[in-house]
Amino acid sequence: MSDAPLLSIDGAERVFGGGRTLFGRTRPGVHAVQDVSIDVRRGETLGVVGESGCGKSTLARLIVGLDAPTGGRIVFDGRDLVAEAGRDLRRLAREVQYVFQDPVASLNPRKTIRTILEAPLIHLLGLDRKARAGRLAELMEAVNLAPEFLDRYPHEFSGGQAQRIGIARALAADPKLIVLDEPVSALDVSVQAQVLNILDDLKQRFGLTYVFISHDLSVVESVSDRVAVMYFGRIVEIGPVRTVFGAPRHPYTHLLLQSAPAPGRRSLVSEDANTELPDPYNPPPGCAFHARCPRGTDLCKERQPVLESAPGEDGHKAACFHPHAGREAGKGEHVGQG
Amino acid sequence: MSAYIAKRLLAAIPVLFGLTVIVFLIMAMIPGDPATAILGSYATPENVEKLNRDLGLDKSLLQQYLIWIANLFQGDLGRSYTLNRPVLDEVLERFSATLILAGTALVLCSILGLIAGVVSAVRQFSWVDKTITLVVLVGISIPSFWLGLLLILVFAVNLRWFPASGMYAIYGGGGPLDLLHHLFLPALTLAVVATGVIARLTRTAMLEVLRQDYIRTARAKGVTENRVIYRHAFKAALVTVIPVIGIQAGFVLGGAVYIETVFQWPGIGSMLVKAISTRDLLLVQGGVLVVASAYVLFNLAADVLQTVLDPRLR
Amino acid sequence: MAEASTAPAPAVRPAKHRSSRPDSLRLLFNNKLATAGLLVFALIVVTALLAPVLPLPDPDVTAPADRLMRPLSEGHLLGTDALGRDILSRLVWGSRVSLAVGVSATLIAAFFGSLIGLVAGYAGGRVDTLLMRGIDMVMAFPYILLALAIVAVLGPGLLNALYAIAVVNIPFFARNIRGIALGLSRREFVDAARLSGKSHAQILFIEVLPNVLPVIIITMSTTVGWMILETAGLSFLGLGAQPPQADLGSMLGDGRKILFTAPHVSIIPGVMIFILVMSINLLGDGVRDVLDPRLKSGALTRPVARTAVERRQVPEGATPAPGAVLDVQGLRTEFHIGSQVFRAVGGVDMRIGKGECLGIVGESGSGKSVAAMSIMGLVPTPPGRITGGVALFDGEDLFSVSDERVRQLRGLAVSHVFQDPLSTLHPLFTVGEQLVEAIEAHQPLSRSQAREKAAELLSLVRIPNPVERLKAYPHELSGGMRQRVCIAMALAGEARVIIADEPTTALDVTVQAQVLSLLDTLRKERNAGILFITHDFGVVSAICDRVAVMYAGQFVETGETGEILRAPAHPYTAKLIDCVPVLGEPDRRLDAIEGRPPVVNDLPVGCAFAARCPRAEDDCRAGPIALTEFAPGRQVRCIHPLIGETQNV
Repeated sequence: MSDAPLLSIDGAERVFGGGRTLFGRTRPGVHAVQDVSIDVRRGETLGVVGESGCGKSTLARLIVGLDAPTGGRIVFDGRDLVAEAGRDLRRLAREVQYVFQDPVASLNPRKTIRTILEAPLIHLLGLDRKARAGRLAELMEAVNLAPEFLDRYPHEFSGGQAQRIGIARALAADPKLIVLDEPVSALDVSVQAQVLNILDDLKQRFGLTYVFISHDLSVVESVSDRVAVMYFGRIVEIGPVRTVFGAPRHPYTHLLLQSAPAPGRRSLVSEDANTELPDPYNPPPGCAFHARCPRGTDLCKERQPVLESAPGEDGHKAACFHPHAGREAGKGEHVGQG
Repeated sequence: MSAYIAKRLLAAIPVLFGLTVIVFLIMAMIPGDPATAILGSYATPENVEKLNRDLGLDKSLLQQYLIWIANLFQGDLGRSYTLNRPVLDEVLERFSATLILAGTALVLCSILGLIAGVVSAVRQFSWVDKTITLVVLVGISIPSFWLGLLLILVFAVNLRWFPASGMYAIYGGGGPLDLLHHLFLPALTLAVVATGVIARLTRTAMLEVLRQDYIRTARAKGVTENRVIYRHAFKAALVTVIPVIGIQAGFVLGGAVYIETVFQWPGIGSMLVKAISTRDLLLVQGGVLVVASAYVLFNLAADVLQTVLDPRLR
Repeated sequence: MAEASTAPAPAVRPAKHRSSRPDSLRLLFNNKLATAGLLVFALIVVTALLAPVLPLPDPDVTAPADRLMRPLSEGHLLGTDALGRDILSRLVWGSRVSLAVGVSATLIAAFFGSLIGLVAGYAGGRVDTLLMRGIDMVMAFPYILLALAIVAVLGPGLLNALYAIAVVNIPFFARNIRGIALGLSRREFVDAARLSGKSHAQILFIEVLPNVLPVIIITMSTTVGWMILETAGLSFLGLGAQPPQADLGSMLGDGRKILFTAPHVSIIPGVMIFILVMSINLLGDGVRDVLDPRLKSGALTRPVARTAVERRQVPEGATPAPGAVLDVQGLRTEFHIGSQVFRAVGGVDMRIGKGECLGIVGESGSGKSVAAMSIMGLVPTPPGRITGGVALFDGEDLFSVSDERVRQLRGLAVSHVFQDPLSTLHPLFTVGEQLVEAIEAHQPLSRSQAREKAAELLSLVRIPNPVERLKAYPHELSGGMRQRVCIAMALAGEARVIIADEPTTALDVTVQAQVLSLLDTLRKERNAGILFITHDFGVVSAICDRVAVMYAGQFVETGETGEILRAPAHPYTAKLIDCVPVLGEPDRRLDAIEGRPPVVNDLPVGCAFAARCPRAEDDCRAGPIALTEFAPGRQVRCIHPLIGETQNV
């Protein structure tokens, strides 16, 4: 494997709305994604966590070319992804695929599974009938579904089965990178594990790279090598998952981890009620988390902190003027148990 | 709120503007030489030329439009050839009669339709519901002009309860009572279809709303069932029904064309039919413009009312 | 991982479903009115088609000698008109014309309207704005007026009337179809098709169109009657069919002039139009009912104020357990849909003491919400009904008291907090109005006192600026704030039990933590019991004293929260705990539960979990298994429980 990252996002930005009205007034715009820079290495799983509205799904759509950034660069395997997706999505779609949150909504209710799975084989790979039949059999086997399911309609499947079909479709064109957008959050807990295990198995077998987006910290922790924490369109902390979750530096990550319920954890630390999310149309000038932050100072109100490495920890960066101490001070104690 | 209304009023301006363009273009689209079309094939060349000049048809389309619009702002819609009087005078006179008829019908259909729909939904599957559903179906399937004829035959000719035609009695007429007497049959006929449509929609809207989570919440907090239906559900259903009442206003205004013809009501509808058959196109143009503008303003009112009810639209 | 091995079980349902696939027609025929409409319509169509070969006199031949003959005259079954033409013949030929024009106008309007709607809905953005502004322009004209204007321009004539009617109906199709196409185009399968390499045209016509087709058909079937009426109307005014050609409208128009002397000349074509349009509308309603999924699933049946109670036998002398505020025993709730009976809750006991929090954990479809909603009769009837058990509140059986008594207790003694705070608050009333209503439902307070109390409630649930917030509408608040409002509403009475149905599932983690700790504090302050429904063992740990694990409508295990988490006895409980990743234990192997839960309209005789259970033996499938107490406060419904074995977590 080469050292160059498979996917490199540099200062990506996506603004919704905005622009000017007929009378020249500027319309309010929402910065869904702001100044996001991430490298995704070959063969790793990068987790992206954050709460609703933090921009993680927008980021996912940027990576697969379903949406174009309003600023910044995205480079996939050395090629300009944005320009390529703008010209013809098909070339990119052969290498970058997507698994959707709602498995049932992602399958056209009026098409058989065979038609759905054949689409990428026809349009992306141009396979003939015989080659398609072979590939379909492989795909069904890979996601552990019986081949006779091919001629059924989506409504005949449970959520877990439908999600496996969604995964098979993403796999069909033999991509290098798969973006998984909340792939298990619409599933019942007992089915989540089935899908997570399949994803893990496929990654080993086909040498895939994953970007795994979820609001569920425990799921992200169990599947990711590295994790990025997003808040209000920006990455506030990024690093190896065990370091970030074991010794979080950003107060927001801290809060997330302490809020997450876990079996056996009796009391959850909660903030005061008087902590509203910042107005996306009128973002505060400094750190967006400042109003909720117990460590905030005047500095945070005025300036936007940049993502910086912790001393002695290269891969672990946080965007905070007053971060929590790193691993040494935390003594490796898991915050989750605190 | 008032900012919203102002915004809506502003938004109505381009619609009204577009309306004038369409009405103007309809005139301009008349195939062949308009003057000949208007005057008929026996027109003398001098007359044709004069009319062309009067209509400004020797100018470019844009110029024609600008002249027309400028005249419009001065209240000049041209002269009717058949009636030999200014179009605007005739149109406004006729329109007030239509407004009385259509307005009454609209009030009637809104009230009857809402009541029928709510009762039907509240007593779903009962014989009341079934009867209302069937009557409504008959109402929207019956040709209104034919229903008008039947009503005349029964109530005017045979029973002699109501007059068969006109707005006021010819001898010794006038006054609100006489008007009401003449208004009853045509207004009722005109309201039938719209009542049916509104009743159906109200029923569906009520049934849909009654399944919403917030209705369950209202019940869970111990609100009485009457309050659940008539306060919680009805208000929410009204939000979907009001735009439809706005659209029905268009049907009622349009349907007035038939009813005015059948009952010889001196409104704009019967005027238009006559004007079309006599090819008095300036009169058609003026009539269409006035009725359509009124309709736009009415829809605007419906929009505003909906916004008053639904804070999410503000 | 091989669900293929359990394939037979899920395969049974689809197979059954498919055999009933061509049920659209059958459903249509089940509808008597629609069938009648279809028959009449078919009869008219066939007659009209056969007009040239039927032994009818020429409809246009005048015979002044035979003018205005009454119906049932010799040789003229329906009489003759003012020119002595045979009315029956003219009626048949006229229907032919009216049908042809109405149907053609519908097809034209449907084609162009649907195309505009599809493109606008799919493309969105500027294209959408542009197209829909155009449509709005057309709709700015009162319906028939525009048709009149078009006819005025084109000149009277049947074909021109057809165009006019088609044009004015395009907006209806365009608007309807656009709405649907817009919704579909935002669906994930459209994105998926793009990533499968399909072009926009392919997506629009291969992916979106088939899903829109039912709506197009519904719109057509409901507008074709209209179009026939409107073309008849134009002809009636003399602007459609021109003599000697006749359609039903022009026949009526001709007859109008002699209404008083020969009413049959106008009455007969009117009856014909009415019958034709009525048959089409009956048929159209039937088609709509069959094709509209909402109507098919019975979603438009009005639920009554309280769940029907139809207990097969009313238990007598049931006594509440000591110390329990609410004691539900043997609750059974069923859904009757068609001939199917879904046993959503099959005998459940729930006991809640003062200030105690009982959690019910289960997956979707396990019946946990239905069990909780049954207590105060909030399960929708139809199709739900309570078929067994008692719910004792203060010694009173909630299932046998009057409707009015239940209403009084709702919100006062037992209150609810539901899952999605946005859909559970009424969008058109302010938070204050809704709170005041909850207060006034039980306490005779003046408006200002009630508002004061509402503000107190808001500060009780730690909402800053309560007096200001009373004026806010639900959509103006964040999810967490909305759920606080719901909790405040649940506290409006002197609730002794709060039923919380997944109250934090729709919320973000940090907000969830706030709401959970609020609930926990409140129950201690007010000493209220909580029945907490959730699917998440993490949430259970945070708030519940005791837990009941629910599977296929029954509790399979109950006990103290910590005990169950430490040493689950039922294999399902153990698996449910093991299949969820736990924060801080990234290396834990996830133990998936294979297969699917059974469907509750086809439950096995024995243990419902046996098919998925690694410990299942033949005796598990033999017969019902009782919930038995194996340790103080611990019950399990299993004959091979995990007792005394160490759990490998």
